[in-house]
Amino acid sequence: MLILRSTIRFPEFAADVDVSTPLAGIVGLFGPSGHGKTTLLRLAAGLERGTDTYVEHAGEVWQDDRRGIFLPPHRRGIGFVFQDSRLFPHLTAAGNLDYAARRARPDRKDPTREQIVDMLDLAPLLHRRIEDLSGGETQRVAIGRALVSRPRLLLMDEPLSALDLRRKMEILPYIERLREEMDIPVLYVTHSIDELSRLADHMLLIRGGTVAAQGAVPDVMQRMDLGPMMGRFEAGVILEGPVVGQDAEFAMTDLAIGTQVLRMPNIDAETGTIVRVRIRARDVSIATEEPAGISIRNALRARISEIFIEEGAFAEVLMDLEGTGLRSRITRESVVRLGLAPGREVFALIKSSAVDRRLIPGGGKRGSTEQSGIIPTE
Amino acid sequence: MSDGDLSAILLTLKLAGATSVILLLLSTPLAWWLAHTRSRLRWIVEPAVALPLVLPPTVLGFYLLILLGRAGGLGSAWVALTGDSLAFSFAGLLIASIVYSLPFAVQPLQTAFQAVGNKHMEAAATLGASPFDAFLTVASPIALRGYLTAIVLTFAHTIGEFGVVLMVGGNIPERTRVISIAIFEHVETLQYDEAHRLSVGLLVFSFLVLLAVTLLNRRSPVRAG
Repeated sequence: MLILRSTIRFPEFAADVDVSTPLAGIVGLFGPSGHGKTTLLRLAAGLERGTDTYVEHAGEVWQDDRRGIFLPPHRRGIGFVFQDSRLFPHLTAAGNLDYAARRARPDRKDPTREQIVDMLDLAPLLHRRIEDLSGGETQRVAIGRALVSRPRLLLMDEPLSALDLRRKMEILPYIERLREEMDIPVLYVTHSIDELSRLADHMLLIRGGTVAAQGAVPDVMQRMDLGPMMGRFEAGVILEGPVVGQDAEFAMTDLAIGTQVLRMPNIDAETGTIVRVRIRARDVSIATEEPAGISIRNALRARISEIFIEEGAFAEVLMDLEGTGLRSRITRESVVRLGLAPGREVFALIKSSAVDRRLIPGGGKRGSTEQSGIIPTE
Repeated sequence: MSDGDLSAILLTLKLAGATSVILLLLSTPLAWWLAHTRSRLRWIVEPAVALPLVLPPTVLGFYLLILLGRAGGLGSAWVALTGDSLAFSFAGLLIASIVYSLPFAVQPLQTAFQAVGNKHMEAAATLGASPFDAFLTVASPIALRGYLTAIVLTFAHTIGEFGVVLMVGGNIPERTRVISIAIFEHVETLQYDEAHRLSVGLLVFSFLVLLAVTLLNRRSPVRAG
């Protein structure tokens, strides 16, 4: 459990912070830029003092201004991955890891330097100078360096935001491995829905320095009222289900969503592996009868639970799909012409190609009986 | 070369070496403070450190002479402690040199520390390094060029001083007669050959020093380890 209360007064940003969150797996701190996500992380690390601040981690008080308590950052046993990596330029990649290893907490044995080098494939980079590493490699070494210090809590501040899409895709699998293989809680700041849905188990939606919503990622994401905060275009939901079949001929994979099947471009996962996919509202259409002669492979039965009419041309429809939510962004005209209304049974049409594994898949640990919940993105 | 000139050269090297070492130790915390503080005190301290750059050496030497003399605060304490006078002694010369060369040590270090910034210190702290540990293992190596520049400039500037030395140290062979004073004396007594020999030596030395500083600041970052 992490508890954080503070008053922040910067020239460009002021907020009364009040956050408390359980720590397990990866907790995403999500929200628009300039709403204090990074400041929250820096408060937790002790890099920012705030005013009248209280920070407590796992029952240990790190800062309590009312009692004059402040535990300096180097004694908190944290790891911090900065947006700009901040590797030491006077050392090699190996030198940076060694720097952390020499100062690692003696009371913990795991993870070892070797384990981390292995997990992040750092061996070929070790002898290199920092200035000779690419952006993606730099960030991988930075993640490795933070882990080598054997932190009790890993804080990651938009570690991928300085990278282009290709480099991001290179690193994401490593962060997924971190989640699967390391028993270290992670606070992960991001403004990318894709990173969030792929990596995080639990999320905090941050607005104006405070928590606007928190909970399991799929639950928070399907809440209609938070749509404007997520950004309309990106709004969507997360569906989760086990792999029930592979079609080698057409390179497709079937996921079970309740009693129905979602067909998507194939992913390299064994039957039974729980897979998480994000479906954006704009990729979901609605039909009142089961369509035929149509290229869309997925027509799932769902029941409309709410319709939000927006100003302008669009409306958002929330449907109940076997107990989970599904959102669709269609025109107001369609709502009227098709006579859509809450309670009505419809078919939700999801284009298989919209379930793009390059962008969306996530290996879920929850409910999974197998450990191989990682999906390579090659 | 006469014995007198040789002893002047050795004395000068000894003075410049001792000044450089002591100034480096004193300037490091001062430069660090100037580079990081938000205190208003810095608006007083910063120009005070730079004073020797613009003050005529005779003015500086005059006040130092008063301070170091038997009646002066420092001088009388020194006499009580050692029975010796500070003025016209090597120790007095050393103190004067330290004051005189202070900006040449502080300013390159301050610039280097400012360039290092806070980012790497923060990273070191999150890896478990105490501020002092981080200073020794992160900030100092990254600021290595600043240190080299500070040492070279302090050493060279101390060798080149004249006015302050003359005021505080006088011209006592083997105690306070440094190269620049020796040249002055040679010229006064019309021994131009001797004056030439020492002068050319200083000229070449000074040029090499400035060349070294230029190269230092042009090359890609200096690395350690």
